[in-house]
Amino acid sequence: MAKVVSEIEVQIRNPDGLHMRPAMQFVDTASQFASDISVSSNENVVDGKSIMQMTMLAATHGTKLKIKAQGPDADQAVVALRELVEVRQFDEGQA
Amino acid sequence: MKISDVVCYDAILPDLQSSTRDGVITELVKALDGAGALGTASADEIIKSVIKRENEASTGLGRGVAVPHIKHNGVKKVVAAIGRSVAGVSFASLDKQPVYSIILLISPIDDPDKHLQAMESIFRHLQRDNFRKFLRQSQSAAAIADLVKEADENPSL
Repeated sequence: MAKVVSEIEVQIRNPDGLHMRPAMQFVDTASQFASDISVSSNENVVDGKSIMQMTMLAATHGTKLKIKAQGPDADQAVVALRELVEVRQFDEGQA
Repeated sequence: MKISDVVCYDAILPDLQSSTRDGVITELVKALDGAGALGTASADEIIKSVIKRENEASTGLGRGVAVPHIKHNGVKKVVAAIGRSVAGVSFASLDKQPVYSIILLISPIDDPDKHLQAMESIFRHLQRDNFRKFLRQSQSAAAIADLVKEADENPSL
């Protein structure tokens, strides 16, 4: 199967940032895809399917994250993750 | 941020007595309260909020650790209590395994960034096999306190 690599940058827009509940949503969404998914902030690169590692990003409001997916459904994965982070804002955007 | 910046050293319980999740949460919150770390918040109120949060989604992320946490406007700075259960406690963890180490975190409502930084430092340590192993084996509050301080100084621990 073709190995696709897809990379995007997203910005955390919900005021409370990537705390545990949003991190769990991220991992749930990422885990629906077969592709490997890594997420990086400035210094850290973590596994987008590991809740402990995602919580370690401590991505505050305004933080930019690079999401890199590698695998057969990489394109769909980054689209879904962008939707979650930037459009739905983890269902907790500014009231 | 360092984990020792948030740990309340008077709220380290090396031998939790309770065998239930809610009992363990109660012990840890009362330890923080006894140490005067809860600001204007009442212990009962905090206990209820932590249990409510835990019922929404377990903070037992697997590998024998749980990090119950809430934000509350009664506290002015982020504080953490650490508890160790010898027998293990069911926390409805992601991996369905019992929890032996519990780090309870209470953060002010108006400083979400500090909360995230505290969580980052806690999970940076909990990620490490050695840190989890030593935490589970530490039999006194002093040993746990030493471990926390050492972990900050020695990232390879």
